[in-house]
Amino acid sequence: MLKYLLEKEFKQIVRNTFLSKMMVILPIMTIVVFPYVTSQEVTDVKVCIVDNDHSQASQRLAQKVEASGCFSVAGYEPTYGEAMKGIEEGSADIVLEIPRGFAKSRGRGEEPQVTVAANSVNGVRGGLGSQYLSAVIAAFAAEEGGSEARAAQGMAAGAGPATLYRYNPTLDYKVFMVPGLIAVLITLLCCALTALNIVGEKEAGTIEQINVTPVPKSLFILAKLMPNWAIGMLSLSFGVAFAWAVHGISPLQGLPSIVLFSAVYILVASAMGMVISNYSDTMQQAMFLMFFFLILMMLTCGLFTPIESMPEWAQKITTLNPMRYFTRAMRLAYLRGSSPAELARELMWLGGFAVVLNAWAVASYKKSN
Amino acid sequence: MSRHSVVVDHIAKSYGRVKAVGNLSLDVGRGELFGIIGPDGAGKTTLFRILATLMLPDSGRATVGGLDVVADYRAVRGIIGYMPGRFSLYPDLTVEENLEFFATVFGTTVEANRHLVDDIYRQIEPFRKRPAGKLSGGMKQKLALSCALIHKPEVLLLDEPTTGVDPVSRKEFWAMLLKLRNEGITILVSTPYMDEATLCDRIALVKDGSLLGTDTPGGIVGRYPTALYAVRSADMHRLMADLAGYTGAASAFSFGDTFHVTLAPGTAPADLQSHLAALGHKAVCIEQTAPTVEDCFMLLSKKEE
Repeated sequence: MLKYLLEKEFKQIVRNTFLSKMMVILPIMTIVVFPYVTSQEVTDVKVCIVDNDHSQASQRLAQKVEASGCFSVAGYEPTYGEAMKGIEEGSADIVLEIPRGFAKSRGRGEEPQVTVAANSVNGVRGGLGSQYLSAVIAAFAAEEGGSEARAAQGMAAGAGPATLYRYNPTLDYKVFMVPGLIAVLITLLCCALTALNIVGEKEAGTIEQINVTPVPKSLFILAKLMPNWAIGMLSLSFGVAFAWAVHGISPLQGLPSIVLFSAVYILVASAMGMVISNYSDTMQQAMFLMFFFLILMMLTCGLFTPIESMPEWAQKITTLNPMRYFTRAMRLAYLRGSSPAELARELMWLGGFAVVLNAWAVASYKKSN
Repeated sequence: MSRHSVVVDHIAKSYGRVKAVGNLSLDVGRGELFGIIGPDGAGKTTLFRILATLMLPDSGRATVGGLDVVADYRAVRGIIGYMPGRFSLYPDLTVEENLEFFATVFGTTVEANRHLVDDIYRQIEPFRKRPAGKLSGGMKQKLALSCALIHKPEVLLLDEPTTGVDPVSRKEFWAMLLKLRNEGITILVSTPYMDEATLCDRIALVKDGSLLGTDTPGGIVGRYPTALYAVRSADMHRLMADLAGYTGAASAFSFGDTFHVTLAPGTAPADLQSHLAALGHKAVCIEQTAPTVEDCFMLLSKKEE
């Protein structure tokens, strides 16, 4: 009987042109486009420079800021007050004020104070922008400083800590994001497909017709799960292929982990979709419920913000988020090439979610009211 | 084996505070074509859903083919063919695929029971490659009936199969039901159309979840207690108000292009004639007419109030 149910499901999927399009468009959007738009690297910070010194030294500093690559000079203003207007209007993000007598005091070997004022409405942009700017100013001071300063700089370079970034040597944001985005892709696709598929049968009334047949509910659910599992694995391979072709991110030796974890996680995501569908009567309700849970899961899975920096109670909540384990496993598999054995804890959690959610799905699927 | 195929015993079902079916009892004989006649909201669909094991009754019990619809729901599903009021086959599967699918999930094949659906299916066969969602209303109902029949059920539950179907298709559909009845299949069919009632072996009139009466269509009509008159005049619109305001008329309601009127005791048709003439009605025509099931329904539902 399963064979006939599956035959029917596949026929419906193949005929659904919208679905086939989604299966290609979604991986392209999430894996190819998203890593660029979700980048938290701050570039093109607009700096407004207030040069009260008008010396060669102050001009060199301005040039250095401009040449650093992170900044674009929004303009030169005569006073700090004028520059602040630029921030209020949004034409500048940061004001750099170089004090009068900047060159002279440098000549005397002092460290003159420059003022950096950043617009922190967008906290990340303001914070990182001012950090970058301070770094540029510090570098300028080191290069141009007197001989003593140069000696100090040399000493510092000799004694300072040498930072080595493991697993992602260039701190490339994409290397970090793409594995997580593959997790988003699979969650979205499998959860939505399952939820909408079953609610679709409810809306069309066909579920009634199935319910009066002798088809047991477990079989009906299995017939829904299996095609979605195949679609999930297919979109995973699309995702992995795009990540490699577009961003040059290959999974190292982590491929077995990636396949294994995805195989389990798709069951979790589909079961979630099924549970959602069992509690909604219309597509609208299902969509709303799904968005609620997906957004919650995405925000607490550690993809955009590290779980460790969340408050204690929030961290506890994230342990109930299956996406958290999957995102972590995908990252470790991608960046470190971790084997399934090294990720046993994550695998156990995901396996547990798969069992519990699927049991819930079968139990809440009511054949008679 | 009892001689009753479907037994409904004091079934009640409410949705929150709304009573859908209240303490309803009836029984349908083996091989009978039994009609449940009632307006929208009478509780017909609820009754069908309970019999089709899709819903649990609040109280009472029901059996189909001797099997309890709650305790033996699985076995019941094997012997019934249910056709819900709403078209509910897969719109993206073709006519052929739908039929095959429903045959296979019941563990049978189209070939095995082809003879049962042959008459109906032959009419939709030219469109067998067409997605079911793209069929016309009448065709959809024929396909739905085919799908409900393909596993050779003992009992057919048809919930308003002809609602929204054109008159020609309705006639054809009922011709098929009569043929199936002759094959020995018990058919329980609901309809809001009173004219279809006369085609049933027996009918039950329901309103607001309660039974108004059960009998053969002839029996129901034969029990009509008084003479019934069809009244017409040149100004039908004003006639309605004037009939309602006339104490000599016990009841009056519109029926096609006339009004069906019963007279209060002691009022003769001639009295009505002169009353209407006095009110200025022209071309007044009063004829005695044979009561129909609809007249009986109106009378019974009036009594109920």
